[in-house]
Amino acid sequence: MTRKQRRLTMIGCALAVLGFAAGLVLYSLRDSIVFFSTPAMVGEQHIAPGKRFRLGGLVQPGSLKRGDNLAVTFEVADGTAKLPVAYKGLLPDLFREGQGVVAEGSLDNAGVFQADTVLAKHDETYMPKEVADALKKQGHWKDDYAAKPGGGMAAQAGQGQGATR
Amino acid sequence: MIVEGGHYALVLALALALIQSTVPLLGARWRDPALMNVARSTALAQLLFVGVSFAALVTLHVTSDFSVLNVYENSHSMKPLIYKITGVWGSHEGSMLLWVSILALFGGLLAAFGNNLPLSLRAHVLAVQAWIASAFYLFILTTSNPFLRIPNPPMEGRDLNPVLQDIGLAVHPPMLYLGYVGFSISFSFAIAALLEGRIDAAWARWVRPWTLLAWIFLTLGIAMGSYWAYYELGWGGWWFWDPVENASLMPWLAGTALLHSALVMEKRNALKVWTILLSILTFSLSLLGTFLVRSGVLTSVHAFATDPTRGVFILLILCVFIGGSLTLFAGRASRLKQGGLFAPISREGALVLNNLFLTTACATVLVGTLYPLVLEVLTGDKISVGAPFFNLTFAPLFVPLMAAVPFGPMLAWKRGDLLAATQRLTAAGIAALSAIALAWAWARGGAALAPLAIGLAVFVIGGAITDIAERTGLFRVPFAIALRRARGLPRSAWGTAFAHAGIGVALIGIVCETTWNSEFIGTMKPRDTVDVAGYSLTLNGVVQRQGPNYREQVASFMVSIDGEPLSTMTPSKRSFTTRGMSTTEAALLSRGFSQLYISLGDSSADGGTVVRIYHKPLVLLIWFGPVLMAFGGMLSLSDRRLRVGVPKAAKALRGLQAAE
Repeated sequence: MTRKQRRLTMIGCALAVLGFAAGLVLYSLRDSIVFFSTPAMVGEQHIAPGKRFRLGGLVQPGSLKRGDNLAVTFEVADGTAKLPVAYKGLLPDLFREGQGVVAEGSLDNAGVFQADTVLAKHDETYMPKEVADALKKQGHWKDDYAAKPGGGMAAQAGQGQGATR
Repeated sequence: MIVEGGHYALVLALALALIQSTVPLLGARWRDPALMNVARSTALAQLLFVGVSFAALVTLHVTSDFSVLNVYENSHSMKPLIYKITGVWGSHEGSMLLWVSILALFGGLLAAFGNNLPLSLRAHVLAVQAWIASAFYLFILTTSNPFLRIPNPPMEGRDLNPVLQDIGLAVHPPMLYLGYVGFSISFSFAIAALLEGRIDAAWARWVRPWTLLAWIFLTLGIAMGSYWAYYELGWGGWWFWDPVENASLMPWLAGTALLHSALVMEKRNALKVWTILLSILTFSLSLLGTFLVRSGVLTSVHAFATDPTRGVFILLILCVFIGGSLTLFAGRASRLKQGGLFAPISREGALVLNNLFLTTACATVLVGTLYPLVLEVLTGDKISVGAPFFNLTFAPLFVPLMAAVPFGPMLAWKRGDLLAATQRLTAAGIAALSAIALAWAWARGGAALAPLAIGLAVFVIGGAITDIAERTGLFRVPFAIALRRARGLPRSAWGTAFAHAGIGVALIGIVCETTWNSEFIGTMKPRDTVDVAGYSLTLNGVVQRQGPNYREQVASFMVSIDGEPLSTMTPSKRSFTTRGMSTTEAALLSRGFSQLYISLGDSSADGGTVVRIYHKPLVLLIWFGPVLMAFGGMLSLSDRRLRVGVPKAAKALRGLQAAE
């Protein structure tokens, strides 16, 4: 086998694997990415029931109700709009009323957000980055959110994904 | 006094790094040995000064000197001593200081043990090390100085993030950094080779042990981090495809590829250009990881204060080093001569395939990690790319790679015989098929993929055993001879076998844990009993306790199997008053490689406690696999043929073997 043939074989193999990988990436990017919305954006965008997205905002004080069998309902608000959320399972350590939350799931036909995951993805100021950015954009950001215990320094609690499933 | 001393030592280290990054290069250009030797002494002095600086910060944390901002923000006088020490790298500033200290350590090691390197190569390598070091010293001194004072020192500190108050912090970051930063050596060697325009098999002989060392630490660091997340975060997950985890996985994938391509270069003098490129990419990915974790573009347990100037500074370092090295590569790579020829079916061919799959897998992880960031910058849309994406892309790429793993060592260099290799792997194949059948029968149908994946894992392990059996002639020659041959085998052969078997072992753990995990989530009151996977757990009661800097609620469970009491498990929930945070301390009970896992949730209004109980079959194999891999790496590293510091002894040994 000449050097040229060898090189062609290798380039052929490499292209095949890369093409396969590119196909996989494109296919999965179409299906498995999840958009982020706040309650106000949900109202504007008319997200269809059943479409998965991440909902972020503040847990409305006084809205948390615990039902039987670990079922909970609460409302997520962003200063403009509110959206009821239903969830079954354990809430993360850092879930508090009046503080930030990100939930993943989809709307049902009644317009209730059925969450299957409540993320503990935020820092000790109880403010997920996405929520903070969205609140700032809508002009509802108050500095005292950042001035909660610890004042925005140092590290966070709760890594990555789902507190409970 | 200590504060200013530490700060001053850091400035001196910067000054030394600046000298080290210029003078040896001039020396190499003018062929002046004295100037080239400056690299050695400055590298050692730099290590000394940065060591002094690091020791100063440790002292400040241990003595709880709250006049220092870094100590005030991350320490508390009541904190146990071990966390006072580990808390040094629990903050952004301290962890960056650890980063440069390890960089200086590697530079110092190279200077101390690199006496048999060609003088100009050593000068170049140490100079490149010093460029990296200078950039990070500047970064620390300008944007994240750990030695800043507070004008009116408070009485008490703010305490370390409770999640970090764990023994994991003592091990995970230093290991991970030893891995990340260790790849700087192969990077420096690559840049030096490009600058000199010269590269040969001796170069690869030098690079491989350093890469191997970094790889061992990175493997252990990642595994340790995963186990830490598993027991500390309280929901039993061990890998989340979180961007910061991906940031450590990418250099690992590239580094694994580099390890294999450097082997081809060392043995066959081929794949030179590719090896150089991989060295550059591996360290670039380490830098990218540092950027992702340290710049605050991501929110996670690893991200610290988000000061925009820091992000910009690290991005700048990233661009200069990655852009600069790739430009240099583009300009100089064509000067490097092509090496030996080989057929596609050969050991080299198999290693190329390995590289192809590893780098492609690495690229898909890179896409999944950066896509949300890029999209947000371009369109403002916020999306998240989660586990489904990575499972869908990563797994199909890893399956053919793993299927190919046993074939690699069976093929000869230059031109291999695939049929003969397949014949030799028959036993491993049969073992794999019977494992599939067994798993299938045991699971009574169920998930079809899981038995197949177990079969694949068994094939990989069987392949590793076959390799050793073939080399020693086990079952073909009398056992005593085989045993003697096994002792005579080069340690790197054992290393390969262990490392490859390690992947298979980890895969078995991963498959079993994800497929046959059983869990109970619910509210329990004292005297309640639940059954999980054949174990029955009774909640005895919940008591309150006071720890050094927290209060905790401890539940006590009685575990029994078939009515026989087995053990007591005590999960707890700690609340740290200083920061107003709580953490979950899971209770673990190991039975063989399987574990029972209990973590506590909130107390419900009617006096019950919400608990999560998991039974995770063979979960420990997930971390035992990487440990095996790292052990294989260490065996390989201890191989005398690789120990570059003793070339003469190695020659003598080879003579000995021939005489046998």
